Amino acid sequence: MRIIPAVEISEVIAKLAIDANYYLPADIYNVLKNSWQTEESPLGREMLSQLLENADIARNENMPICQDTGMTVIFMDIGQEVHVDGDLWAAVNAGVARGYAEGYLRKSVVDDPLFIRKNTGDNTPAVLHVAIVPGDRIKIVLAPKGFGSENMSAVRMLTPAAGVEGVKKFTLDTVLAAGSNPCPPMVLGMGIGGTLEKAALLAKKALARPIDRRNLNPDYANLELELLELINRTGIGPQGLGGTVTALAVNIEYFPTHIAGMPVVINVSCHATRHAEFEL
Amino acid sequence: MSEKIRLSTPLTADKARNLTAGDMVLISGIIYSARDAAHKRMVEAVGRGERLPVDFSDQIIYYAGPSPAKPGQAVGSVGPTTSGRMDVYTPLLLGQGLRGMIGKGDRSPAVIEAMKKHGAVYFAATGGAAALIAKAVIKYEVVAYDDLGAEALAVYTVRDFPAIVVIDSSGRNFYDEGQRQYRRL
Repeated sequence: MRIIPAVEISEVIAKLAIDANYYLPADIYNVLKNSWQTEESPLGREMLSQLLENADIARNENMPICQDTGMTVIFMDIGQEVHVDGDLWAAVNAGVARGYAEGYLRKSVVDDPLFIRKNTGDNTPAVLHVAIVPGDRIKIVLAPKGFGSENMSAVRMLTPAAGVEGVKKFTLDTVLAAGSNPCPPMVLGMGIGGTLEKAALLAKKALARPIDRRNLNPDYANLELELLELINRTGIGPQGLGGTVTALAVNIEYFPTHIAGMPVVINVSCHATRHAEFEL
Repeated sequence: MSEKIRLSTPLTADKARNLTAGDMVLISGIIYSARDAAHKRMVEAVGRGERLPVDFSDQIIYYAGPSPAKPGQAVGSVGPTTSGRMDVYTPLLLGQGLRGMIGKGDRSPAVIEAMKKHGAVYFAATGGAAALIAKAVIKYEVVAYDDLGAEALAVYTVRDFPAIVVIDSSGRNFYDEGQRQYRRL
C-alpha cells in the first residue's frame, strides 16, 4: 500500500490547470501548422496563422490561449495499491480553485444550472472521472473544456442497421449544424458503443488523445480519416469563413454495446483542445 | 485578401453603410462588452421602462468575457464568445441604437432583419485568438453589473482591433458566401 497525501494531488492539479490553459499541446500546434500549408482559402490561411501566433503569445507570455478557460474535466486513474490520505474530492476542487486563481484563469462555472446560475467564483466543482486500475500510481489528465464548442456536441442512438453510413451522416449533420460557432478548425472526439453515458465518456476521452495518433484498430483508424476528409469538404473552413480546413482531426474511441443499439456521441472541440497530464 | 479598413468608433450610420461583407477592419476607439447575463439584465431593464446603463447609439458591443488581467495588463485573454446566444436579446438593443456587434458564429434571421432595418453591422473576431486580441486592448473598465464578474458590462479602449465584416447592413452574409465557395459535398 502506497500512501499519497491528498494535498499532493491538489498541487498537481493546480499546476496542470495553468499549464493546460497556457501551452497548446505540441501535437495540436503541429497539425495546425500543417493545415496552414494545405488550406486553400487565403482568408482561411490568415485565420490559421492568427491561431498559431496566438498560441505563441500565450506560451511566451504565460497567458491563456483562450479566454474560455473551460470547465475543468479531470480523468484520474488511481492504482488500487494507493491509499489517498485525505478527502480526494475536496483535494481536486482545492487544486482547481488554486490553479484558476494563481493562473489568472477565468472562472466560468455556475452553481445551479437552471434557476440560480450564480458563478461559484473559483471554477469549482471539477468534473471528475475516476478509474481504479492496477498498480500504485495515480495518473491525472486535466482537460479544460470551453463551451463554445461543447454546446455544439450531440448524441444519437443509432440502430445497428444504420452502420458506417449512419455514423457518417450523423457526423456531417452535427458539423454542418455547428458551422461557424465552435471556432473551427474543430477537433471531434467520438464515442461509439456502450450505453448513452459510456459513449459520452468515450467521446470526451477521445479528445484527450493526441490528434496525430490514430485509433489502433485499423477499421476505426480508417473511419477517423474518412470522416475528417468528409468534414473538410463542407467548406466551413477556419472560423467558418470558408475553406478546406474545417477540422484538424477526428478521434474515435469504441466499446462493446448491446445487440439492439449503437450509441454515438460527438464531442465537438476547437483548436484549443487542451490537456495536460502528470503521474504521481 | 483586401486591404484592411481602419475604422474608428462611434460607428455612425454612414460608416456602417459603407462596410461590405468580407471587409477586414481594424477598429479603434471605444467598444462595449457584454455576454448572456448582462444582455438578460439590460433587456429586463428596458421591459420595466428603465434606462440602460449606457447609451448604445452608434456603439459596438463585443460579445466577450475576458480572463482576469495579470499585474501590468489592461485585460487578460479576450476572444469572442458565440454570438447566437445573444440573438434573443439583440433586436431590442438594435432598436436602442446599437450599430455594431463583434462575436463569432451565425446570427438568426430575426437579428439579420433587425440589422437591415436599423443599418447595423456584425463583425467576427477570431475565435480562440484571445491572447492575440488582448494586444489590441488598451484599457478595460467595468461600467455596470459588477457582480457578474467576467460577464459584467464593460467598456474597452481598443487600438487596431482585428475583425471581419460577416453580415453587413444590407444583410449580405459572408459565412454563407465563403462556405459555398469551398463546399464539395
